[in-house]
Order: sequence, then C-alpha cells, then structure tokens
Amino acid sequence: MQELLLDYLPILIFIGIAIVIGGVLLGLPFVLAPNNPDPEKLSAYECGFNAFDDARMKFDVRFYLVAILFIIFDLEVAFLFPWAVAFDRLVEGSGWQALTSLGLLSMFTFLIVLTVGFIYEWKKGALEWE
Amino acid sequence: MVLSALAFYLFASLAVASAFAVIAARNPVHSVLFLILTFFNAAGLFVLLGAEFLALILVVVYVGAVAVLFLFVVMMLDVDFAELKRGALQYLPMGALIGLVVLGELVLVLGTMAAVPQSATVRTVPVPAVDEISNVEALGLILYTDYIYLFQAAGLILLVAMIGAIVLTLRHHDHVKRQNIAEQSSRQPEDAMDVVKVKPGQGI
Repeated sequence: MQELLLDYLPILIFIGIAIVIGGVLLGLPFVLAPNNPDPEKLSAYECGFNAFDDARMKFDVRFYLVAILFIIFDLEVAFLFPWAVAFDRLVEGSGWQALTSLGLLSMFTFLIVLTVGFIYEWKKGALEWE
Repeated sequence: MVLSALAFYLFASLAVASAFAVIAARNPVHSVLFLILTFFNAAGLFVLLGAEFLALILVVVYVGAVAVLFLFVVMMLDVDFAELKRGALQYLPMGALIGLVVLGELVLVLGTMAAVPQSATVRTVPVPAVDEISNVEALGLILYTDYIYLFQAAGLILLVAMIGAIVLTLRHHDHVKRQNIAEQSSRQPEDAMDVVKVKPGQGI
C-alpha cells in the first residue's frame, strides 16, 4: 500500500506546485497592477452601443447529443481497459478453448450490444452535422 | 504515513467544502465548477484507498465528460437559477428530515460494526495484495466473469442511453442541405459541366 502511494507522490507534488503558481499568478495583479475603475471601464464593450443582453447564450441541443455519445464510448473504453490488462489470465488455453472462454465471450457480447447502438446512430444520422 | 494522513485531510476537507459550495454558489456555472473540484478530491481519496483505477476513471469519466454535460445542461436550459433558489429555504425541513434519516442509517451501520466484533471478518473483502497483482488486473479478473450479469446490464444501459439520447434530441430539418460524401466523390466532370460550342456572332 505504501509503495503504491509513493508512486503517486510526484503527482501530489505537482499539484502543490500548480496550486502555488496559480495562486501567485492570480494574487500578484491585486498587489502590483494599477487599479482605478470607473463605470465606463467596467461595462461590457459592444461596439459603441450599450450591451443588449447577457453574453451567455443558450446552447443548441445537438452539442448535448454529441457529448452523450462521447460519454457512452468513453465508458466502453473504460470497460475495455481492465479486460485488456487481465487478458492473459481471462482467456486461457488455446484454440477452441480460448475462443469459448467466458471472459472473451462476455466482452464480445458487450461490444456487439454497443455496436448495435453505434450502427443505429450512424444510420440515423446522429453523427452528421447539418 | 504522516504524508498520507495529511493528504487525506486535505482532500476530505476540500471535498466537503467544495460540495457545500456547489449548493451555496449563486451562479450555476460556478456550482458545476465546484462539482468538478469535488470530483477531483474524491479521486484523490480513491488513490489514498489504493483504488487507483477507480480514481482515474473518476477523473476521465466524471470530470472529463459528465461535468461537461452538466455545463451544457446549465447553459442550455437558460433557467433563472437565482429565481429558483429564492424559495429554496422553505424546503429546509424536508431536507433536514432526509438528512436525519441518512444520518440514522449511517449510525446504525457503523454502530453495529462497532458493537459486533465478528463483523470485522465479514466486512473485510478479500483484497489481493498490491505487490502481487495490480489494481486494474484484479478488477479485470472478476468483472467479466464473476459479475458477468452486471457487466452485460451495464452494456444494455449504455445502449438504452444512446438510443434514448438520439430519439429525444435528434431532429432532422428538411430544408437543410446535408453532405453526402459518396455522391460527392463519385461525381464525374461529365455530370457537372457541358462544353458548349458557341458559334461566333450567336448567343447560346
């Protein structure tokens, strides 16, 4: 357990360095930069006239569809990863015995189920952008 | 040992603080960003527990994908969240009741663990030693065979999510021109243009 955590020590150190650098870069302007605001400086600049509305617009729902499809295949890869690491011990023997081993068949069923969905979305045109 | 204890208190306190900030922040976009910070701290806690695969999956899936989805939802809905939150205080008794029920259940579980000494053998799951097998491999050895039904159910849930998202959000507009790559690349010069011989002095 301790060796495992020691492997992650460099990451912790990097996080610490990143926090320090980020904090310093955020904090320095408060000390160093000249700061004399007035309402005209602080207002949003929109080419001469007053700003109409908020800068945050509504998104098109199609971005959401792309994100969901991304997550699904992201998870598929997440499931593939331990399978690939444990492949040697999941699929033992050779020839027919290896082909019919539970670990292989289970993953292939999973992949086929998701491929059905992939064909569906391809045929439906969900991957195309209009 | 001291370092890991320090890291635990850092991650745990940051997780609780940012989880509180999720519900306290006025701007919903800030809430989502605090949620991402909470996920990061939970990933740190997973690493401290030795579950490195779960920690990295948490970062990849939750921080990389789910939080982006939340941001999309927040920006897509265009709901005035400040207006919604104004009446939130009237739900406080109900929320407090649910919190108390959860607290009671936690006390029951942890209390029985403390009261019955034999439960220590039940609750320690046989975890393979870290130096003989890696975390990911240990997971891979049981996930696809011992837990095959749950694994296949996960696949079906992903399929349903995929089809559901397409059915709910995909709208085809008739007047939009779409790209047909096969048609484009099979197009010959003869289909597209004619060479017209124009006699001098006459129009076409």
